[in-house]
Amino acid sequence: MADSTLPIHGSLDLTPPQEREQNLIEILHSWVITVDHKKLGLLYMIMAIFFLLVAGLEAILIRIQLVVPDNHFVSPATFNRLFTMHGTTMVFLVGMPLVFAWGNYIIPLQIGARDMAFPRLNSFSFWLTFLGGVLLYYSFIGGPGLYGTGSAPDITWWAYAPLTLKAFSPGNAPDYWALALLTTGFGTLGGAINIIATVVSMRCKGMTLMRMPLFCWLLFVDAALILVTITPLTAAQVMLLIDRYLGGHFFDTQAGGSAVIWMHFFWIFGHPEVYVLVFPAFAIASEVIPVFSRKAIFGYPAMVAASVGIAFVSLGVWAHHMFTVGMTSAGNAFFVLSTMLVGIPTGIKIFNWLATMWGGRIRFATPMLFCTAFLFQFLIAGLTGIILSTGAWDWQLHNSYFVPAHFHYVLIGAIVFNVFAGIYYWYPKATGRMMSETLGKWHFWLFLIGFHVTFDTMHFVGFEGMPRWIYTYPADRGWQHLNLVISIGGLIQAVAILVFAWNLISSLFIGKKAGNDPWDAWTLEWITPSPPPVYNFATEPVVHSRRPLWDLKHPEDPDWKYD
Amino acid sequence: MSAIPLIPGGAEQEWHLPSRGRVGMYCLIIGETAIFTIFVVAYVFYIGKSLYGPTPQILEVPILNTICLLSSSVTIWLSERAIERGNMRGFGLWWAITIALGAIFLFGTGMEWYRLIYHDGLTISTNLFGTTFYSLVGLHATHVIVGLIMLTTVLIFTATGHVRAEHSERIQVLALYWHFVDAVWVVVFTVVYIVGR
Repeated sequence: MADSTLPIHGSLDLTPPQEREQNLIEILHSWVITVDHKKLGLLYMIMAIFFLLVAGLEAILIRIQLVVPDNHFVSPATFNRLFTMHGTTMVFLVGMPLVFAWGNYIIPLQIGARDMAFPRLNSFSFWLTFLGGVLLYYSFIGGPGLYGTGSAPDITWWAYAPLTLKAFSPGNAPDYWALALLTTGFGTLGGAINIIATVVSMRCKGMTLMRMPLFCWLLFVDAALILVTITPLTAAQVMLLIDRYLGGHFFDTQAGGSAVIWMHFFWIFGHPEVYVLVFPAFAIASEVIPVFSRKAIFGYPAMVAASVGIAFVSLGVWAHHMFTVGMTSAGNAFFVLSTMLVGIPTGIKIFNWLATMWGGRIRFATPMLFCTAFLFQFLIAGLTGIILSTGAWDWQLHNSYFVPAHFHYVLIGAIVFNVFAGIYYWYPKATGRMMSETLGKWHFWLFLIGFHVTFDTMHFVGFEGMPRWIYTYPADRGWQHLNLVISIGGLIQAVAILVFAWNLISSLFIGKKAGNDPWDAWTLEWITPSPPPVYNFATEPVVHSRRPLWDLKHPEDPDWKYD
Repeated sequence: MSAIPLIPGGAEQEWHLPSRGRVGMYCLIIGETAIFTIFVVAYVFYIGKSLYGPTPQILEVPILNTICLLSSSVTIWLSERAIERGNMRGFGLWWAITIALGAIFLFGTGMEWYRLIYHDGLTISTNLFGTTFYSLVGLHATHVIVGLIMLTTVLIFTATGHVRAEHSERIQVLALYWHFVDAVWVVVFTVVYIVGR
């Protein structure tokens, strides 16, 4: 334990914890009633990983259906349900809980607080989110409703009107969808309020905003974005339910209502949502890359400014999802330009991460491997994004497989890769044990290969004109070889995920003891024991620079001399 | 020693952060504003798009209602000031008046809806105007109801002596919500009864 020589003993309560034997019921009960930010963070994480496996299984079923032409592995109706549930689950039950998993576990530890600002609201938000997941999956059995039609929503995750109206989607499946999104939406709002109040009001002494770790900055901006992003969806869901239950006409085209306004309302939520999901990935990269390059982050103020800039610009780009709907040329031009504008602050971020690595003594442990792959993949995802932002290109490629290829490059190539980096990085803190590096490298390389086999190929099948959402395709279109390759890549990724799951569970029992600070890192969470005690810090820390643990370890050359 | 500096010799400095209650409430207000914005946009977008009547001309401008709701912002401010100075009787009085004014507003909305439904035959499913009108005004009324429930809870605890001067911070956080509900009415009133009529 490298940290045992550090003069931090005074800040820790070193009396061994008096643990009483608890039986299983007591342990489960303590997890259900918990208001501790660390336990809630882990609950969010467990929920996200569980639904990641569920939605991943749905993706595998989709790929089995598409592996050969004229396949009938599942029925067409089931196929529609599979991609609807895959998308909805991944966004609302995997991506959003992950935001709060990181936010809850890490933020109070990094800013030197004992808990979030509102611990009970925190617990309430988690259980609302969880209830949303239960509601959505209950639709598999509860969906038939009184009319006996349908099971699980088959309206796609953006649920365009008028397909969602009672006349076209009878039964209760779309209602479960809308209610699940309303419920998780309120949970998300509560979580976002908590993150903002924590960052603004709970920082320890000396932790000014410009000394805060970038991780906290990014989740702070993320939470602010959530406030104005998830709420339009809530409003739209209320309107949809009014239409379906009270006979309203918001999206009822036969009574003068507009189907296009649903698209606007949905994408006003839907596009910033992508940034909501990707910000935690940025946050993780901003912690992992400096620590494993042995250099302070390059251009901290520019990183903060770029994050805030992305958040603002992302609110004005939503209609690039709608170029094919038929907007005015002025409208098209506006959304082309605003979308391209996002490339500037995002480019600043990529250059700053690269500059952090430049000249550093890079240590390619598993977290750093995932972050390095993230940089390359996120760059490509950004470039295909610029391609799609060009209205004329979009007319050609919209609704082809090029689009899922692009956004899966963001969602998996950037977000999931960094989530894995974050799990490998903070697992020792949360459990006290290291994850296996050997299995970690197997996981990384298998997942990297599987990812590229699937999603690189998907771009080309999109160029060849294969539309999204089709149930099957005839053999004479020339798509079957590429589809076979895509499906094989999916299987490789599934194997990688199994390696990861095995690593996650087995390391809990046989992993090497981690100690407080296995990575020789610089932020406050690494002075607490692993796992941290309920109260985090026995006494409130005081910080004088962005890297308090660097100051502690290098009293002859502290950061605060240069601030 | 209340805190361990992470570097030796770190001087104790003044450290003030905003109240988390206020920050939380401001965040909630921002989120709610976005919800109302979507409903207002839908209302404005659908003005004059109903395929059949009744039209917004049947609305009567609720002047008394508006005066009541807006003046409740003043009375709640007076009660905030009273509790800050430790004047619990004044606080309870102004707080009760606030609730009464809110209740009058709600009653007035109920009367208006009764007339629209039974006299003019306008329901939420009649046409686009009905759908957008009842959802926008109803969304606001829902917020008034939630506000009244919270205000009444505080009044009950005041009557039993559980609310004391040291709770003034929390009272002011709750009052922020009520000010927000009033401010939203200014927008709803302008859009529905002035622009849209």
